[in-house]
Amino acid sequence: MIVVEGVRFTYSGGVEALRDVSLTVKDGEFVAIMGQNGAGKTTLVKHFNGLLKPSKGTVRIDGVETTKTSIAKLSRTVGFVFQNPDHQLFSETVEEEIAFALKNFGFEEEVIQKQITWALNLLSLTQYRKTSPFMLSGGERKRVALASVLAWDPQILIMDEPTIGQDHEQKEKLRQFIVQLQAQEKTVVIVTHDVEFVAECNPRVVLMKEGKIVADGKGKDILTNIEALAQSSIVLPQIAQIFTQLAPLGLSRNVIDIYEAKDILLQAWEKRRT
Amino acid sequence: MSVFDGLKFRKVYSPIHNLDPRIKFIYVCAVFVAAILFGSILPLSALFLMQLPFVFLARVQRQWLRSLRGALFLAVFIFFTNFIFSFINAGYVIVASNVEFAAAMTLRFVVLVESFSVFFLTTSPDLLGLALEESHVPYEFSFAFTTAVRFVPVLAEEAQTIMDAQKARGLELEKGNFMKRIRNYIPVLIPLIVSAIRRSLELAEAMESRAWGATKKRTNLYGLTLHKGDFVLLGITMAILVVAVYVLLFVPVPTLTKLFL
Amino acid sequence: MAVIETRNLSYTYPGATKPSISDVSLKVEKGDFVLITGPSGCGKTTLCRCFNGLIPHFYQGELKGEITVAEKDVTKHQTHEMAKHVGLVFQNPENQLFALSIEKDVAFGLENLGFSREEMRKRVDWALNLTGIYDLRERSPHEVSGGQQQRVAIASVLAMQPEIIVLDEPTSFLDPLSAEKIFQVIHELNQTLGMTVVLVEHRLDLTARYANHIIIMDEGKVCSDGETREILSAEETRIIGVGIPKATLLYKLLGNEGMNLGDVTPLSSEEMAKLLLEAFGQR
Repeated sequence: MIVVEGVRFTYSGGVEALRDVSLTVKDGEFVAIMGQNGAGKTTLVKHFNGLLKPSKGTVRIDGVETTKTSIAKLSRTVGFVFQNPDHQLFSETVEEEIAFALKNFGFEEEVIQKQITWALNLLSLTQYRKTSPFMLSGGERKRVALASVLAWDPQILIMDEPTIGQDHEQKEKLRQFIVQLQAQEKTVVIVTHDVEFVAECNPRVVLMKEGKIVADGKGKDILTNIEALAQSSIVLPQIAQIFTQLAPLGLSRNVIDIYEAKDILLQAWEKRRT
Repeated sequence: MSVFDGLKFRKVYSPIHNLDPRIKFIYVCAVFVAAILFGSILPLSALFLMQLPFVFLARVQRQWLRSLRGALFLAVFIFFTNFIFSFINAGYVIVASNVEFAAAMTLRFVVLVESFSVFFLTTSPDLLGLALEESHVPYEFSFAFTTAVRFVPVLAEEAQTIMDAQKARGLELEKGNFMKRIRNYIPVLIPLIVSAIRRSLELAEAMESRAWGATKKRTNLYGLTLHKGDFVLLGITMAILVVAVYVLLFVPVPTLTKLFL
Repeated sequence: MAVIETRNLSYTYPGATKPSISDVSLKVEKGDFVLITGPSGCGKTTLCRCFNGLIPHFYQGELKGEITVAEKDVTKHQTHEMAKHVGLVFQNPENQLFALSIEKDVAFGLENLGFSREEMRKRVDWALNLTGIYDLRERSPHEVSGGQQQRVAIASVLAMQPEIIVLDEPTSFLDPLSAEKIFQVIHELNQTLGMTVVLVEHRLDLTARYANHIIIMDEGKVCSDGETREILSAEETRIIGVGIPKATLLYKLLGNEGMNLGDVTPLSSEEMAKLLLEAFGQR
């Protein structure tokens, strides 16, 4: 469980990136943190594994204050996948890459081997076990980075902009993967500005603006709230955009899913014909 | 984070910063030559004090003091080497003129180093790059210089991100003995180097796509023109050289020892 | 008149075992706004680099077939020659800007081409104004946002006044709002200057509405090539796994269930909303 209470954070250059932020993420939740560039999203999630420590207020992971423990210890529970996998990859083989964190955390050799096999399998990378990560394509490297973080089975997984540069199919696979993680009762937090992706996942959405949380609720409700989104400079998902313009038809505006949209429109169409 | 802050290129405006770097460079060379010509403490002190108005006008006192601190180690070393040798030569006796000589050598070193330090502290990289382009240095070199300066803050941020990413995988940079600590930096250095190589490739593509190498006669959007201040500085430089040569030839400079003992 | 024409174009990178693009034949007319899309690895990036000569001159490797851009055989003209006719904007904003001030960056290409200072000044100011970044001209590239950096990159290409501008996933690293601004700038260039635009993108929901011509690639080959509305409403397109705009998809789903909204496939939420309002008799 992640508990953030009254956190303020100022960068050494004097920029106040977080202004009195409070948030609770329960075990097993799926949260998308959204907002404009500079709203403080990445700054906030970097507090979850201790990379940043609050200037004021507290951040507690499973009851332990982040200022009272090390990044390495926090990382056992909180896995952080960075935006650019090339910022992490450095080993000669994919196997070594995945083993890196496991060795750092002091796992035993047999456990390490077991976890590597499991992680490779989970992300369909088994055939690349002995391949150099630098020889793989962009999408594959992203999976290696993800595998190397999942390998130690953290309870909480944070992903910073996981959909950047991904094509439609890759995003769909990612979405399904998150569903899998949820089934394993993992807590998933993503930082993103991809509204369409969030619309398809429909998680809890936390909207940030200028260092504060301005909205927090079910994806469907937040992503159809025009005022809130406009304030945070976020574009409505396309389905919601369509329904906003259908006001004269008196239909619900609370729609982000395309199949739900289809059903609503077909129903209204039937009604009209009768 | 703070280590990298100092590397961020900031545009500064001051009368000294706006001077033509080429003229400033000529001035610095003149000071350099004068410092070599003189070996006694009075003229060297004069050369040292002459830099202060520049430092204060350009408002770079803090950085200048920091660079002085940096030179301190070598300066002390030079002082003691000179002193010990002359001490031994004089038969293990402390002779005032020897001490003065050692101090003069040290001061010469400081003036030589500081004159260049002042030059770099009071010249912003973009003007420096422009000066390089305007002088007949091959364009490849001035381009390499400005591109390097342009990317220093980018690389610094990337280094920080990479460190964070690896720390998030349990890497503990502060732990372990000396050897272990060096090995700990491999997961930081490799991604940094790979990224730098990738970046160079992308830059090269962009350069090619914008007609790099189209003609040998490359033109420049900006030009450096000399202003009043530059001519004043040029005048000062000539004056220094003339006075220096005159003093060297015609004025016997007394040493402090002779004056006070 | 075709400004880009390829015939059976195939290319293999040096050291690669199979070609990145094979047997690509396409035509781009003057003034077209072409969208090139397809799953990752389909060869769209490789194709872009053929258009301005980076392939074969910079990348070496094996190029087969014919390619003519701006009436020039690319294999016979150096990249710096092609640069006068085709501008290429890349994915990563940071890695296209070299200078210490934005206007110097915009002038980079012109300096390389040996333009006079007065002419450069005129063109630089023109390009800065077109992309809406004139006020940023003295700032350093690192100080501005990713979206602004991309506009600098576009301005620096514009300054050379090419007939064709090719953009390879220019908004990958940008948030949707900044991306939208970029697309509007590009749309303007196409409409008011008549520039031919070749845009490689995944985000069809934001870009399909601007394109009159779409090319879909998969595994190095061209799968579909034609008018945007036609291609995006075709069944094959959905199978390839390209991110069809939700508006278009909804239109198709409704059509499949018997709700016919007309023949014109919508490409944006506005178009779809209009069709629905008309269908329900509310316009």
